[in-house]
Amino acid sequence: MTEITRRKFLKTGAKGAVLISVPYFFRLNPMAVLAAPEDDLMSVSDYFQHFGVNGAIIREVMETALSRGGNYCDLFFQHSINTYIGLEDDVVSRASTSVDFGVGIRVLKDDQTGYSFTEEITPEAMKLAARTAANIASGPAGTTATQFSARIPADYYPIRTSWESVEIDKRIPLIQKAGELAQSKDSRIVKTRAYLSDGVSYMLLATSEGVVSYDYQPMMRISISCTAEQNGKRENGSHNLSGRRGIEFITDDKIEYMTQKAVDQTVGLFDAVKPEAGEMPVVLAAGSSGILLHEAIGHGMEADFNRKGTSIFADKMGKKVAENFVSIVDDGTNQHMRGSINIDDEGNESQKTVLVENGILRSYLHDQISSRYYKVKPTGNGRRQSFRHQPLPRMRNTYMLPGPYKKEEIIASVKKGIFAETFAGGQVNIGPGDFSFYVKTGFLIEEGKVTRPVKDINIIGNGPEVLGRISMVADDFKFAEGGWTCGKSGQRVPVSVGLPSVLVSSITVGGVN
Amino acid sequence: MRITLLDELDLAHWVTVNAKREGVKDVAVDISKSREVSVSFRDGKMDELKESTRKSMTLGIYVDNKYSSHTTNDMRRDSVIEFIKKAVAMTKYLGEDKYRQLPDPKYFQDMEYQDLQIRDVSYETIQSNQRVELARTLEEGGRQRSDKVISCTGEYGDNFTESLKVTTNGFVGEKISTSFYAYCDASIKDDQGNIVEGSDNTNMRHFEDLDNSGKISHTAVDRALRKIGQKKIASGVYDMIVINRRASRILGTVLRSLSGRSLQQKNSFLIDMLDNKIASDILTIVDDPFIPRGIGSRLYDREGMAAHKRSIIENGVLKSYLIDSYYGRKLGMEPTGGGTSNLILNYGEKSLDEMVAEMKRGILVTGFLGGSSNETTGDFSYGVNGFLIEDGKAIQPINEMNISGNFKDLLNRLTEIGNDPHLISSQRFASLKFEDVQFSGL
Repeated sequence: MTEITRRKFLKTGAKGAVLISVPYFFRLNPMAVLAAPEDDLMSVSDYFQHFGVNGAIIREVMETALSRGGNYCDLFFQHSINTYIGLEDDVVSRASTSVDFGVGIRVLKDDQTGYSFTEEITPEAMKLAARTAANIASGPAGTTATQFSARIPADYYPIRTSWESVEIDKRIPLIQKAGELAQSKDSRIVKTRAYLSDGVSYMLLATSEGVVSYDYQPMMRISISCTAEQNGKRENGSHNLSGRRGIEFITDDKIEYMTQKAVDQTVGLFDAVKPEAGEMPVVLAAGSSGILLHEAIGHGMEADFNRKGTSIFADKMGKKVAENFVSIVDDGTNQHMRGSINIDDEGNESQKTVLVENGILRSYLHDQISSRYYKVKPTGNGRRQSFRHQPLPRMRNTYMLPGPYKKEEIIASVKKGIFAETFAGGQVNIGPGDFSFYVKTGFLIEEGKVTRPVKDINIIGNGPEVLGRISMVADDFKFAEGGWTCGKSGQRVPVSVGLPSVLVSSITVGGVN
Repeated sequence: MRITLLDELDLAHWVTVNAKREGVKDVAVDISKSREVSVSFRDGKMDELKESTRKSMTLGIYVDNKYSSHTTNDMRRDSVIEFIKKAVAMTKYLGEDKYRQLPDPKYFQDMEYQDLQIRDVSYETIQSNQRVELARTLEEGGRQRSDKVISCTGEYGDNFTESLKVTTNGFVGEKISTSFYAYCDASIKDDQGNIVEGSDNTNMRHFEDLDNSGKISHTAVDRALRKIGQKKIASGVYDMIVINRRASRILGTVLRSLSGRSLQQKNSFLIDMLDNKIASDILTIVDDPFIPRGIGSRLYDREGMAAHKRSIIENGVLKSYLIDSYYGRKLGMEPTGGGTSNLILNYGEKSLDEMVAEMKRGILVTGFLGGSSNETTGDFSYGVNGFLIEDGKAIQPINEMNISGNFKDLLNRLTEIGNDPHLISSQRFASLKFEDVQFSGL
């Protein structure tokens, strides 16, 4: 079976939507979709039909939006459909769906933003919202492009079956199986919970500069969590797999792998101890430990903070911040990753942006406002949670390129420290650059050898300082398997991270004295 | 209860009739609509202006001992018919769960209407220029507070929310509320070029209660100024005071482990602890849903069960879990309501300043940075910042440190509660003092 394109989703979405309410415009105009040309490349018109708009309506709304002197505006149409099913106490007995639909209207007067949205995509409702957003400016009306040209997005996440056309009875056995497998793997497991959540988002974007773009963004996550009992003690562990993928990704092997990981983590915790408190070397395992980069440097490189002068990285561009073998990128182009985007939410092309090249700080992450401010090309980092939110510079997949060392030699170099393996979130203060991340499980390293397991420790440090203390980088790069979601200014967007095995020569580890 | 949301009531009844037609046993309909406006200023000019209305409807479908919930923002009636059909069809695929039922009517029949004063009728009269002026004043106040300010944002916003809940076993309730907030943050550069940040905010049900003096902008800047020179200090065991507005990181997290789901799924460190001592004698936590103008005030909970004032912890003894009707049935326990409303403590006599003044040597925690906890075991580890206190004085701002421990142990190390409830939150916690807490730093 071949992977189908965005164009075909519109058709299957229209005919085969089984789980959710089909939006009204399909029913009012059922022939529109069927009458569209059979050309997979030309799909702006399909998206116009999907949202029941055309160039003339969009232009009228833009003229209203710019009527008070704004010098840029964009319209962001979105239709998202999310489904969740959950297993608890051996039964898949919980499910929820949500359908969300609307258009966000943004007006810029230089770096000032007016924003409004409406959940009714009618010319009247859109103009009312446009009049509200227009109030950010006061002056003579700005101008709108007379012609729109399509910016065709890339295709970094083709999937075989659109989630809207996957019936619930195809989903249920997947988490049922995960739950049963986890129970069967270890007699100490007393409870298992599993869920599958998936979502798709159709988006159409038009700017007053005449750019029109669109995307179909799938997302899935399958997760299992277990509680085990041993000698009156209880522990809980979990694992999940996530990405912009279709249901075909969830094979028996993947379910087996995920449940084994969760069970191993859970029962391993019974032997875990807390390390000593204080500064020590920390080896980060390849994979989701990329959370370190997200917090230590990623947020500080988002150009809105630098534009305002509030980031610790604001005066470090072009300067040496790390060892020569450290190169860090923020990349929206990785196949099927959570943070990948075919086009950003302002219509700019997705790209691989180099943050640190051989130890030198190279580029911020830009949105429309900051790229104009710095007079540089957009980096495709303008992202938003939904049509209810204005775009901000946001990370995509943030990771470090492989280095010259071997994992074994890194561990062997540590006399006394921590090997951090699984993680549960992090946070940063942009100005001072303090950041922290929580280690769910790991091991002590004693005399160059991994020894006892450790659990539930927070690690805290200063971004630029810790970057400078990355003293070894291995050749075993891995992306995180699970789903990370980044929160900023009240907006959540999916991201991913990745890292080879890395040694941080000294950082503060939470523990006991 | 007198219902004023008549259009929504009509829609909800129409939904229940049509859902019944699809063969459901029961349905719960939640309709909500809200309007949000906010204005922010930065560098002397308006930075963001946002204004929008949102609406949504959620159906809880109960059919053949099965349950699922479905949300949409398309409430036109022909769309809703289709939506109901799909929702019911999907629910039928699920596994049976006999515990899924609407709450027994006995849990809402005694619900009495009272005016919680959570709606300010003056909301309608607030003009956009007033909003702009409030945000402008905040930003200006912050920027002019110190010449070290490199960026300051002042924001004002308000919110009007109406929600209606109707169930097929006889519950009808509505909640109409307003809230008004002001926020200010400031970044400051010290003489060495290091940046520190501070913020303050307020949040009220009534516009007249909002402090419009611009004081919070001064507080935001002063908080940043006090952090100049912050650094980590030696690891060790220190006494700790956690400031009132941050106390929820500890008490709020502990309360999550009291939920029916955590207990039934064996994911709580407080299983089988009812009527047992879990904390120091001085800790009493009461859940009071009826505080006039309270941020968490309500007449009924998420499931539609009537709210009651109740003790959760009394003199250190656990008096109530937080159990909704579903997990109540699963656990064979009486439901107590799944969430909390306004949480109040048995407040002490001393102000934060007095508590600090009496501290010989310890750390005042004014902020957390990341960290997490393990609900199953009670283990926690959090990043913190604040001040080293010696002989009653803050002698050094600190950051990049962690606290670690286990809640079972920490709750028993609580030695003092301040007289300073954090009134702008539904969790009206006060400053808390703990003895002998594990800090890691240098």
